[in-house]
Amino acid sequence: MLDEVATDIMITQVSDSLYTQLIKTYGGNLPSSEPHSLDEIRKQAFERFKSAGFPTVKQEDWKYTNVQPLVNRQHYVLDAETLSSDDLSLDKAVIPGLDAYRVVMVDGRYNAKLSTAADIHGLSIMPIDQAFDRLCFAKYFAEYADKTDNPFVALNTALFTSGLFIEVGKNVQLQKPIHVIHVASAMKPLFAQVRNLYVISTFAEAEIIESFITDEGAAHNLNNTVSEVVVRESAKLQHYYLQVAGAQGNYLNHTEVYQEKHSLYNHYNCTFPGAAFVRNNINVRLGDSEVESHLYGVTLTAGNQLVDNHTIVDHREPHCESYEWYKNITQDTSTAVFNGKIFVRPDAQKTNAFQQNNNMLIGEKSAVYTKPQLEIFADDVKCSHGCTIGQFDNEALFYLRARGISEAQARVLLVHAFAFDVTSRFANATVREYVEHLVEQGLKAG
Amino acid sequence: MLSIRNLHASVEDKQILKGLDLEVKAGEVHAIMGPNGSGKSTLGNVLAGREAYEVTEGEVLLDGKDLLDLSPEDRAREGVFLAFQYPVEIPGVSNINFLKTALNEVRAYKGLPPMEAKEFLSRVKEKQKLVKFDAKLANRSLNEGFSGGEKKRNEIFQLAMLEPKLAILDETDSGLDIDALRIVAGGVNQLRSNDNAFIVITHYQRLLDYIVPDFVHVLYNGRIVRSGTKELALELEEKGYDWIKETVDAEGTV
Ligand SMILES: Nc1ncnc2c1ncn2[C@@H]1O[C@H](COP(=O)(O)OP(=O)(O)OP(=O)(O)O)[C@@H](O)[C@H]1O
Ligand SMILES: [Mg+2]
Repeated sequence: MLDEVATDIMITQVSDSLYTQLIKTYGGNLPSSEPHSLDEIRKQAFERFKSAGFPTVKQEDWKYTNVQPLVNRQHYVLDAETLSSDDLSLDKAVIPGLDAYRVVMVDGRYNAKLSTAADIHGLSIMPIDQAFDRLCFAKYFAEYADKTDNPFVALNTALFTSGLFIEVGKNVQLQKPIHVIHVASAMKPLFAQVRNLYVISTFAEAEIIESFITDEGAAHNLNNTVSEVVVRESAKLQHYYLQVAGAQGNYLNHTEVYQEKHSLYNHYNCTFPGAAFVRNNINVRLGDSEVESHLYGVTLTAGNQLVDNHTIVDHREPHCESYEWYKNITQDTSTAVFNGKIFVRPDAQKTNAFQQNNNMLIGEKSAVYTKPQLEIFADDVKCSHGCTIGQFDNEALFYLRARGISEAQARVLLVHAFAFDVTSRFANATVREYVEHLVEQGLKAG
Repeated sequence: MLSIRNLHASVEDKQILKGLDLEVKAGEVHAIMGPNGSGKSTLGNVLAGREAYEVTEGEVLLDGKDLLDLSPEDRAREGVFLAFQYPVEIPGVSNINFLKTALNEVRAYKGLPPMEAKEFLSRVKEKQKLVKFDAKLANRSLNEGFSGGEKKRNEIFQLAMLEPKLAILDETDSGLDIDALRIVAGGVNQLRSNDNAFIVITHYQRLLDYIVPDFVHVLYNGRIVRSGTKELALELEEKGYDWIKETVDAEGTV
């Protein structure tokens, strides 16, 4: 069936918008598979997308992030199967000194040949379509992400055919991190819809590091990824995003995290010069008491990049703590957007919520849009937020140069210093070193 | 070593140095005193290459090389070191990392390989001892949360690490307690050699009891208006600046 779709696309290659193309291709013809409980979810999601359509800048959540040029741009191929290259280099994802279980996703598809994470005790890793009949899939799939009003989630739910499923078993403490490498390789413009579900079972501990890279020969690509993450009672997850894709890459990444009692979730979201367009939605639902969540971000942009991080920290129950710190460094004519919502619901007494966003504009023509948004409905809470926008500190720059440090190197030191509040929080020292190196490289390129 | 001739410099179109002359030879210590706002820090900044200061006339030669042509970093690599009156705090840059970077950039300029980690550490230890600089401070962010005295001591620690040809100390003594003053002065004295030179800017004769200068100059209204030996400092301590201002202003009107 998928092959037919691909052929159909080739024939009807008119410069139609993606919306029309999707409705034409899938209206009454959604992907279907056993068990059929998914069919109804897909159908409803497709209806939601159909009526919402792609967002425009008139919508508050998309004010600075215009997806219209992307979805009107050109005809996309909707199925990667026939397009993905087999001859891939993973060099761009290498994190020097990192010893990890490796999972390679090529254009959203699990590649067993390149992956090394099979057969680890207590760890289930598989293509998502092989997990449809699992108990925890039925329990968590589309449970939280689809409650948001992000039309890309609805679209993803309706149409995804590939993605990654990870389950870390009860009480299992993984010896090594799982390094998930997402490679965009299709040689024709691909609209990839990828669905991931990660479940960290009770008292389990894991570290998932996700790198996004682009294969040399890849064409323009648009990736609509939804990741659902469940951190069960007393479980711990360290979760890294390392966005190092090439300029052909455009990413809509929706990450929906649900945390149970006593759990810890740390997210480290790092974006570097490369991908033309990156929109992250990172929503963390603190679903029970005594939950702790940390969201850290470092974004270094260059050229004409747009990187938009929208986060929601949703305090629903009492005695929880959240800590969020995002740093943006913009060069050239690039744009960085930060929107941080914190909800403290009526039951969430004794909440401790911290948010900070600092911006360093290096490019005179670069732009930063930042908006903290606190909605607090409980009275016994501690919440603080702040944001700053600045440039290079010339006094500091001179001080360093007066000791013999070149201007370029002084800038690197100062940007490291600016990012320090975030990078120093990285639990994994190897990743931290790698990220600091990428900052250095990204600055020289800029 | 250093030769300043007819130096004129301005900030934001305000003329501050107005024809300053100074000769400093290797092995010498020169003290510069003078009333507030007379241009002492400006001189230090101009020598170090701060961009806000525009040299409108005159020349500065370091061992025959035109200093004013060089970037701030190249001046430092040529051996100019300014101990700042107000050292900046740079959170997130570790003191040690900063020093290692600085030292190795200076070495690279001279065609030397980076210093071995072991050698670097033993040098850090040795120099920390010299200025009794707390090892804990060395591992912290550059000057972040340091007390005024600790910042000054850090300047001298850096000086000791980098071993410049020409060191300009801009009021390094102010804000130091008596013990710290002795330590800093003792450090400077140990660093003195026949190959380097010091310009010590200070308001207090007391420092010159510890760092005994070869010459004392009075900077007033952008020029050196008196030069003498350390006795001049004693005289200033006793009489203040008015008598100098009066005679200079009178000369100016002639
Ligand atoms: N960056 C600047 N912008 C504007 N004016 C400046 C600047 N730097 C110095 N000045 C002015 O130049 C004059 C000389 O200042 P300078 O700091 O050199 O004096 P000083 O002799 O070091 O004084 P002090 O003894 O108080 O340290 C002062 O009037 C000062 O206000
Ligand atoms: Mg001064």
